[in-house]
Amino acid sequence: MNLLTVSGSPHIHGDQTVKKIMWGVVFAMLPAMVVSIWYFGIAALTTTIIAVATCLVAEYFMKKYLLNETPSVSDGSAIITGMLLSFNVPSSLPWWQTVLGSIFAIGVAKIAFGGLGKNLFNPALVGRIFLLVSFPVNMTHWPLPMSNRWVLVDALSGPTPLGMLKEGMANGQTLSAIKVHLPAYQDMFMGQIGGSLGEVSAIAILIGGLYMLYRKIITWHIPVAYLGTVAAFTCILYLIDPTHFIDPIFHLLAGGLMLGAFFMATDMVTSPMTYKGMLVFGVGCGILTVLIRNWGAYPEGVSFAILIMNAFVPLINNAFKPKRFGEVAHG
Amino acid sequence: MKTFKLGGIHPEENKISDQQPIEVVPIPQTVYIPVSQHLGAPAKPIVEKGEVVKTGQLIAKGDGFISANVHSSVSGKVLKVEEVVDFTGYRRMSVVIESDGDDWMESIDRSLEIKKECTLESKAIIDKINEMGIVGMGGATFPSYVKLSVPQGKKAEYLLINGVECEPYLTSDHSLMLAKGREIMVGITILMKGLHVKQAMIGIENNKQDAIQLMTTLATEFQGITVYALKVKYPQGAEKQLIKALVGREVPSGKLPIEVGCVVHNVGTAFAVYEAVQKNKPLFERVVTITGKSVKKPSNLLARVGTSISALIEVAGGLPDDTGKIISGGPMMGRALSNADAPITKGTSGILIMTEKESKRNPTMNCIRCGRCITVCPMGLEPFLLAKLAENQTWDEAEAEHILDCMECGSCQYTCPSARPLLDNVRVGKSMVSQIIRTRKN
Repeated sequence: MNLLTVSGSPHIHGDQTVKKIMWGVVFAMLPAMVVSIWYFGIAALTTTIIAVATCLVAEYFMKKYLLNETPSVSDGSAIITGMLLSFNVPSSLPWWQTVLGSIFAIGVAKIAFGGLGKNLFNPALVGRIFLLVSFPVNMTHWPLPMSNRWVLVDALSGPTPLGMLKEGMANGQTLSAIKVHLPAYQDMFMGQIGGSLGEVSAIAILIGGLYMLYRKIITWHIPVAYLGTVAAFTCILYLIDPTHFIDPIFHLLAGGLMLGAFFMATDMVTSPMTYKGMLVFGVGCGILTVLIRNWGAYPEGVSFAILIMNAFVPLINNAFKPKRFGEVAHG
Repeated sequence: MKTFKLGGIHPEENKISDQQPIEVVPIPQTVYIPVSQHLGAPAKPIVEKGEVVKTGQLIAKGDGFISANVHSSVSGKVLKVEEVVDFTGYRRMSVVIESDGDDWMESIDRSLEIKKECTLESKAIIDKINEMGIVGMGGATFPSYVKLSVPQGKKAEYLLINGVECEPYLTSDHSLMLAKGREIMVGITILMKGLHVKQAMIGIENNKQDAIQLMTTLATEFQGITVYALKVKYPQGAEKQLIKALVGREVPSGKLPIEVGCVVHNVGTAFAVYEAVQKNKPLFERVVTITGKSVKKPSNLLARVGTSISALIEVAGGLPDDTGKIISGGPMMGRALSNADAPITKGTSGILIMTEKESKRNPTMNCIRCGRCITVCPMGLEPFLLAKLAENQTWDEAEAEHILDCMECGSCQYTCPSARPLLDNVRVGKSMVSQIIRTRKN
């Protein structure tokens, strides 16, 4: 007879693995990727490929030489970081900047903390902010959708809806004057607007988000709390003064909110672990996003909002513990 | 449909032996009967080498309040009284008897006729259950008479009968309900009388439709017994979760079910109580499921206590070649055996055989803080944190995080996508924390 295995219970395991979760997320990002290629052409595809490839190579070598671990990238997490980072930059970003951003994301935001599961901040967002402060011109140069799909270097560019709003207000224009130039909501919903390559299409991101909910990769708590808070907060502002504040539908469809709410705030490593904590986290992201969009220096606040809330996650985890079974008051 | 609220999982049910009727196993040549088959102090052997005993004769006497009598499961000669490796892998004092047939004590009523009326009073019922060595047959093997002795100042309102069998694979309770439903009902009325309660609820998970129908029909013959179908969810068979599902009450942390007016017994225990009180028969045999995907003939066997596990596996078609693990109990909470020759005891509900492939754990990865272990924990704990505190040997913090509330159901480790050994670590933490608490008291 064979030798018997003796180990503690349980002796069976469910079918969820880190690999399945990560590849599920990758799969959920495909609709947004397809849309980005449709609108921004092969430049979008090459940007994504460069980011993913750099992340994989960076993760492999840093794991091997910095963490002294058996190098393996098959868990898929580096692919997610690469894809998300590329989703957060304009398709016209020079390739070497994409490479730098990817190395920074993996090296500083992930490996420096100890690798998978140990990072405090979302690596893709850290990479994006690094690029934004290092190369502000390239990072705010937005190619027009459908204008130059077959070339890698483009000429035509224009502002994002949020950028138009911010700039217009700064120049003393009235909201109604700015609104004339803003894209129609159905264009914003489908994604035919200027912006980072993966953030433009609300519908593509929603499809991916619903898929992740269906596969139980994410729960509804963070996206609903985040989007709900943005909607409620901007609605209140809109009701107070509709001549200064734009309506909530614009805020929901504009910028990186959808992408942030479904794909970046829900990153399990950098978000709270209990449902209560997730709701608090989502509400915090929502409030910060609206504050930055309306009163901050940048037109968009999603990245900063999520990164700031990432820093609060350990505190939130401590403050919002699950309710215990048979909990005795003061016991 | 009723169920408990907090946490829980739904593993593949794999009840492959659920349509197998109970089969009686031939009496083995030699039985090894451990004197410690229950929670609490081991019983004291009262027979010596060379003595001749009958089936059902007392061979070891319960020692102290939490202990249980042990009876011979065969008739024959005591070969020796010595330590034998039992299913836990530890050596335990055991009475080894060479069987010469099956000569029962005259006091036992061997007729199959069902005796419904019980003339005994509460005290006499409890004494009888103690005398006959009845223990909880769901696996915890807590002496049953102790549960029936309600402490001063407490009152039992409900008797809950556990027919949940939420462990995957196991079908011994299911097959027993189908074969001995009426006897179980009588056993329940006896338990109700012993506890002075008017209401009993039987909880059966919804994957046992035939048992639910049969028990519901039978319940109409008796006063105050209701059958509830429960949504299939593990660990519903855990005492506290069953109480929550059926009565809606939460047993406070660190307290017993009687705190919320409930006493829980397994259907197997109810059957043993019937036989003890109505037929004067001690607990020396039980139904054991022998199962596994590679097992030729998955079976529910009625076997004498002390029969070797390997003998039962032979009855079920022999040990498959690709066996990697043999488990006493179910796949979620059972114990992996190092020795298939260990005897079955009063608490052996099943033997699960897993192939080599099934026995392998996934490689462990870093915790990705997904929080799934928290979501599934039926006690509302944070398994990832408890495991980490145990790894770091910070026992005080582990105690403060209520590590002792963990009942080791294994839902966290089952669910963990990083395949982390959460329960392994929590177990170490629990035993260290208990040890610290004990020394603090002294």
